[in-house]
Amino acid sequence: MARIGVFVCHCGENIGRTVDCHAVAEGCKDVPGVVHSVDYKYMCSDPGQQMVKKAIEEKGLTGVVVAACSPHMHEKTFRRAAAGAGLNAFLCEMANVREHCSWIHEDREKATVKAIDITRTIIEKVKHNVPLSTIRIPVTRRALVIGGGIAGIQAALDIADGGREVILVEKGPSIGGHMSQLSETFPTLDCSQCILTPRMVEVYQHPRIKLYAYSEVESVEGYIGNFKVTVRRKARSVDEEKCNGCGACTQVCPNKKIPSEFDCGLGKRTAIYVPFPQAVPNLPTVDRNKCLLFMNRAKGRPDTCKKCAEACEKGAIDFDQQDRLITEDVGAIVVATGYQLYTIGKDQPKDNLKGYGEYGYGTIPDVIDGLQFERLASASGPTSGKILRPSDGKVPKRIVFLQCIGSRDPQKGMEYCSKICCMYVAKHTMLYHHKVHDGVATVFYMDIRAAGKGYEEFSRRAIEEEGAQYIRGRVSRMWREGDVIKILGFDTLEGEPIEMDADMVVLATAMRPQPGIDVLAQKLSVSYDQHGFINEAHPKLRPVETNTAGIYVAGACQAPRDIPDAVAMASATASKVLGLFANEMLEREPTVARVDEGTCAGCFHCERVCAYGAVEHKDIKDRAGNVVRVIAYVNPGVCQGCGTCEATCPSKSVELQGFTDEQIWSEIQALGV
Amino acid sequence: MGSHEHSRNHSGPEPLAARVQRMTGLNPACCYQCGKCSAGCPMAAETTLRPHDVMRLVARDRLDKLADADGLWLCLTCETCTSRCPNGCDPARTMDALREIFATGKDGKPPKAISAFHKSFLAQVRAHGRLFEMGLIMSYKLGGGPMFADVTTTPSVLARGKLGLAPHNVKGLDEVRRIFDACAAVAAEEEGR
Ligand SMILES: Cc1cc2nc3c(=O)[nH]c(=O)nc-3n(C[C@H](O)[C@H](O)[C@H](O)COP(=O)(O)OP(=O)(O)OC[C@H]3O[C@@H](n4cnc5c(N)ncnc54)[C@H](O)[C@@H]3O)c2cc1C
Ligand code: SF4
Ligand code: SF4
Ligand code: SF4
Ligand code: SF4
Repeated sequence: MARIGVFVCHCGENIGRTVDCHAVAEGCKDVPGVVHSVDYKYMCSDPGQQMVKKAIEEKGLTGVVVAACSPHMHEKTFRRAAAGAGLNAFLCEMANVREHCSWIHEDREKATVKAIDITRTIIEKVKHNVPLSTIRIPVTRRALVIGGGIAGIQAALDIADGGREVILVEKGPSIGGHMSQLSETFPTLDCSQCILTPRMVEVYQHPRIKLYAYSEVESVEGYIGNFKVTVRRKARSVDEEKCNGCGACTQVCPNKKIPSEFDCGLGKRTAIYVPFPQAVPNLPTVDRNKCLLFMNRAKGRPDTCKKCAEACEKGAIDFDQQDRLITEDVGAIVVATGYQLYTIGKDQPKDNLKGYGEYGYGTIPDVIDGLQFERLASASGPTSGKILRPSDGKVPKRIVFLQCIGSRDPQKGMEYCSKICCMYVAKHTMLYHHKVHDGVATVFYMDIRAAGKGYEEFSRRAIEEEGAQYIRGRVSRMWREGDVIKILGFDTLEGEPIEMDADMVVLATAMRPQPGIDVLAQKLSVSYDQHGFINEAHPKLRPVETNTAGIYVAGACQAPRDIPDAVAMASATASKVLGLFANEMLEREPTVARVDEGTCAGCFHCERVCAYGAVEHKDIKDRAGNVVRVIAYVNPGVCQGCGTCEATCPSKSVELQGFTDEQIWSEIQALGV
Repeated sequence: MGSHEHSRNHSGPEPLAARVQRMTGLNPACCYQCGKCSAGCPMAAETTLRPHDVMRLVARDRLDKLADADGLWLCLTCETCTSRCPNGCDPARTMDALREIFATGKDGKPPKAISAFHKSFLAQVRAHGRLFEMGLIMSYKLGGGPMFADVTTTPSVLARGKLGLAPHNVKGLDEVRRIFDACAAVAAEEEGR
């Protein structure tokens, strides 16, 4: 026979104001099975918890019902208290009489009746509760980091410094991400490469980091603590073991006119190339779409050019190298795939953004984007740091920056603010001012958003000390007349249209997630927003976790982020990962689905509806080892306890522990409906 | 609404902001355009150019627009704007500098009456070391001020003894003259630029 204890909480005034808590305790006393029913001002306080413990011990309770706030708030508190008194934690349940009752009603009498009803349903449920034990799953204490920008680099270093192995997968030929392309960085104007390259080298030399550059994640299986990841190591056509990075091959390649991705098309590279001198790893890669040998092979012609192979003293060039698939076991994954910019041309990669016809769709050669400006301003860039315009290599004396291009523009771009462009435009005006002393930098802006530490001071410095002319308003149209760019804008402070001639225009285009992020997110079963940014589990309290356990997110793939943000997020993911890896076993709530092997018909409806991929196939064999039946098996490590399978199963063979049909049914019956 | 060509050369080789900065030691680029100055300006409702407008036009090199408006001349120099400004811009001093620029007559002239008033005022101070109201009224009206405005109030003001008929000079009138001469020398130098 059940011996249930009921504990009604006033939550100060929160519940007590609208619900007569004493009446609730009294009203539950004569429910069959209830042997103890009391009310108290703050049940979650230490004396409140002691009341629960004492009653369990003295009255030999077999179940506890705490009528108080949502289980989200204090279920853990009371279950721990119950366990402390020797009762299985899962025999303790909460009846929510706050969020579901006192907070939403005014009529005290009716609310009290409702509170009694709510409590009675849980009493009936608890009568059917069975002791459960937490699930313990082993944890593979190695991490995978996807993306080798500053966020991925920081996450990898922090996890590795914390003593765990890391596999860092970067799809490009070198790590470094966009930060390696920047010249100087706001708000301190320190040289980007000078602060980044030491970290890149550290990654390369770290005994606990395995770097797979020029590689991509092919597939991901498993669940928190137990992921199996297949990585595609794309063929570089260069043998890593043999190559010593001398660069002789790149010197001789005859195809020298390929627009360099690293220089945003402003410089040229060869078909076999190292993207930039400090690349990590310092290995050349053959671009098979541009290599003469491979272009011939594609047309079924014999190999002609082999100049690089001939120049290589180590015999490292391997034209027959194939992609390799490598499998790695990891316990946690950090996604740090970064961003791309809204392109200024007509075609936006992979979707139907309209682009900016009014700014010439990128057809005016001296209209460039922010990253291109970074390359022009960079000492390692195509102009060795001189600000020269692309069309004729002249120094632009009148430079104009347009902010919010593709941002804050739901019609043609994104409705969100890209957050970093106000700052980098301020930076660009300064870099320009430092290099072209007699030039004038003009900025068209809607607002100046400079809400970081030292950011407002930085943007004011551009205006007050470095002579940048800020005009509040957007530009309506730009066109080319001779070698001059005509600009038609509006000055909303003066309330006048404004016409202006410029020698060069820089568009601060929106930050967007990397192309292909949707495919990767689907492989990982993490959710993303309508723009493709990876969703965090909670915008305030769980900013670096995704809603898939064991997968974390850092940097600009979650939202527009600057370097300090990206690094802070990366370190936060590392602390989460190291926390997960602190124990060999991972404890999970036992509220997971279980299949009744006797009745499961193997229809796999459950498999089709499970959003988390938790349902697996299990062979039932006879004595001779022949498979006689294939039934469903729910992997407790993956199951999130949503109950969808339970609702779907036609033979009622799958049940969520702690929420069985019997339990739910008795709750309903308690209401007498 | 007229549109304007943007160029840095409205006022000759030296941009207006730089010129004002040279005269005042203040940086017109510091203005946030927050409007706090104009919010407190007692003349804001009367004028077409409020202090924040003036700051913006200086930063944008719009001597042309400044010359056309009455704002500079309606300013009371009460300095409320200056005491309110969060970024130390001192619009009152800036407007002073602009009045100096326009007073030279090279970049546009102040309205005739206002100019007459200023000149008469200074002439009185130079002559007596202080203001001699009767003298001011006479020279203002003769110098271009409105001839018959306010004449009806004269008897009552006289009756209350608020308007003396004979001037009283201050002690040390020589020193006042020396100040005037020194200022004139600086002005001549400025004009020579
Ligand atoms: C013009 C401009 C100027 C800027 N200036 C500054 C500044 O001065 N100061 C500042 O703080 N910030 C600045 N930023 C912002 C800065 O670039 C970002 O904050 C930073 O680069 C974000 O780092 P990240 O690692 O998140 O992303 P990224 O730098 O984009 O790195 C992501 C990496 O992941 C890789 N990757 C992508 N997809 C995959 C995949 N599927 N598999 C494997 N690897 C993948 C990419 O190849 C890349 O290496 C600027 C940005 C721009 C556009
Ligand atoms: S950061 Fe500034 S420029 Fe960029 S979208 Fe936001 S407001 Fe516009
Ligand atoms: S309860 Fe939900 S998560 Fe678990 S197996 Fe069923 S459908 Fe999947
Ligand atoms: S000094 Fe002039 S502009 Fe400033 S508040 Fe007074 S009247 Fe207005
Ligand atoms: S002068 Fe000062 S108070 Fe006036 S708008 Fe500019 S910053 Fe604001």
